[in-house]
Amino acid sequence: MRLPDRVTAWLLLLPALVLLVAFTHAPALATVWDSFWSTPKKGRPSRFNGVDNYRSMVEDEVFWKALWNNLIYAVGTIPLSIALAIAMALWVNSRIVGRGFLRLAYFTPTVLPMIAVANIWLFFYTPQYGLLEQITQGLGLASHNWLGDKRTVLGALIVVAVWKEAGFFMIFYLAALQQIPPALAEAAALEGASRWQYFRRILFPLLMPTTLFVLINALINSVRMVDHLFVMTRGGPDNASTLLLYYIYQVGFSFWDTGYAAALTVVVLAVLGVVAFVQLGFLDRRTHYQ
Amino acid sequence: MTPTTTVFRPAAPARVLETAAAWLLGLLWILPLAYAVWTAFHPAAFSTRFELGAPLTLQNFANAWSAAPFARYFLNTTLLVTMVLAAQLVLGTLAAYALARFEFPGRDLVFVLILLQLMVMPDVLVVENYRTMNALGLRDTIVAIGLPYFASAFGIFLLRQTFKTVPKELVDAARVEGASALQVLLKVYVPLARPVYLAYALVSVSYHWNNFLWPLIITNSVETRPLTVGLQVFSSTDQGVDWSIITAATLMTSAPLLLGFLLFQRQFVQSFMRAGIR
Repeated sequence: MRLPDRVTAWLLLLPALVLLVAFTHAPALATVWDSFWSTPKKGRPSRFNGVDNYRSMVEDEVFWKALWNNLIYAVGTIPLSIALAIAMALWVNSRIVGRGFLRLAYFTPTVLPMIAVANIWLFFYTPQYGLLEQITQGLGLASHNWLGDKRTVLGALIVVAVWKEAGFFMIFYLAALQQIPPALAEAAALEGASRWQYFRRILFPLLMPTTLFVLINALINSVRMVDHLFVMTRGGPDNASTLLLYYIYQVGFSFWDTGYAAALTVVVLAVLGVVAFVQLGFLDRRTHYQ
Repeated sequence: MTPTTTVFRPAAPARVLETAAAWLLGLLWILPLAYAVWTAFHPAAFSTRFELGAPLTLQNFANAWSAAPFARYFLNTTLLVTMVLAAQLVLGTLAAYALARFEFPGRDLVFVLILLQLMVMPDVLVVENYRTMNALGLRDTIVAIGLPYFASAFGIFLLRQTFKTVPKELVDAARVEGASALQVLLKVYVPLARPVYLAYALVSVSYHWNNFLWPLIITNSVETRPLTVGLQVFSSTDQGVDWSIITAATLMTSAPLLLGFLLFQRQFVQSFMRAGIR
């Protein structure tokens, strides 16, 4: 005897749904709930404290610093890595000398663990005997502690993030470029378009769905990519390089203030929620999700 | 690779300039790795002195290997990525099959709920998931590292898109011959999706090999720590500033993925492309 289709379907979905609900939907809702409760301490169980956690958040300078840093981190990383990714894809897709090597070089950072390469970058930036110092000294420039200076630390981390991401995004552009029929370029050339016009008026609009897809990924990564902080800066100096997720880790697992960590997580969820809404709401039909 | 067009090839001077720019970027991109290789394979005295005649050595690797239980970390990571991949493939296949093949009330809603995980990843929900693992008594186990990732929205999505392209005639033919729903899945859908499975496997393995924050939080002992966390513990506990040993450990940690990537470069790149086109 055959089961009705809808029973079969639900049975097939069940294992995945149980785990998804248990580790995504339920914790997301629980985070919101817990953000209204105090952190349980010895002899003092958790109690409902309304918006107290949020009130302390508004007064918490480190939170604002982390939020602001994260904004700069996103703005510094996303456009640059997308622009580089497009350039890389165009080069690797053309008849350039050493195409194989270039593709390899661009893509390699993607497969390396961030926590591992952070060690290499830390050595790069080390004062006195790091590679960067050797170069600047060779050029006769003043010594500079890139990760120890509040003004340069975030920039130094952005460089690492761009380096890690650009080659990953290149792949998506490369895939998209290979879908574009060469006849378009020939037609544009016949019409007397310049190379720039061809890129600006034909290629770039055709790559738009890819750009939107990459943009969403880049936005998520700017929230998620904090591994290198653990090795390179630990959020310092003076919280100059702390990012939201790193701060959540600190609050939740160094200070063990889980109620407050939940409130901070709600902020991150809200940001991601907006991104999700934008994507599902109106990018959906025009991009990849068909 | 598809043939690339020769139209809009820039004139010779511009072309040279562009090639130079592309190469400069390529060298910059490979520089950190090249630098690490130099430091790891030379004695500490040469870690920032670049001389052609510098003696080569494997001592840094030997020192790193004996200074921390890397063998155990390798085992833990291998167990972790295998377990996660196996679970993701099985659960993802079943769920994708349900979404692609069957009509049932609530299907679109379920699909949207699944896609939500693309945004709200377990990586962000560490505080609550830690609590859950604690309640389940799973803290500091390898299963706990993998469990939140067993059901992967990305995997389900990718397989659903692939399954939707399977011709209905094939399915109907199998049904006429009396195949059950599960047999149709195993005999018709799964074989046709083989390249997608490979693509997804490469993406998943490299993701979980590299994952750090959640394993750092949920593990607390040598027996469970994956390589990434082991490396961090190793390089942050008092090694002085012996960069040669740290870079050797760093390279060791990345080596399997890097070697896999070098050997299967084409598949790797194409897998990521396939995973991205959707």
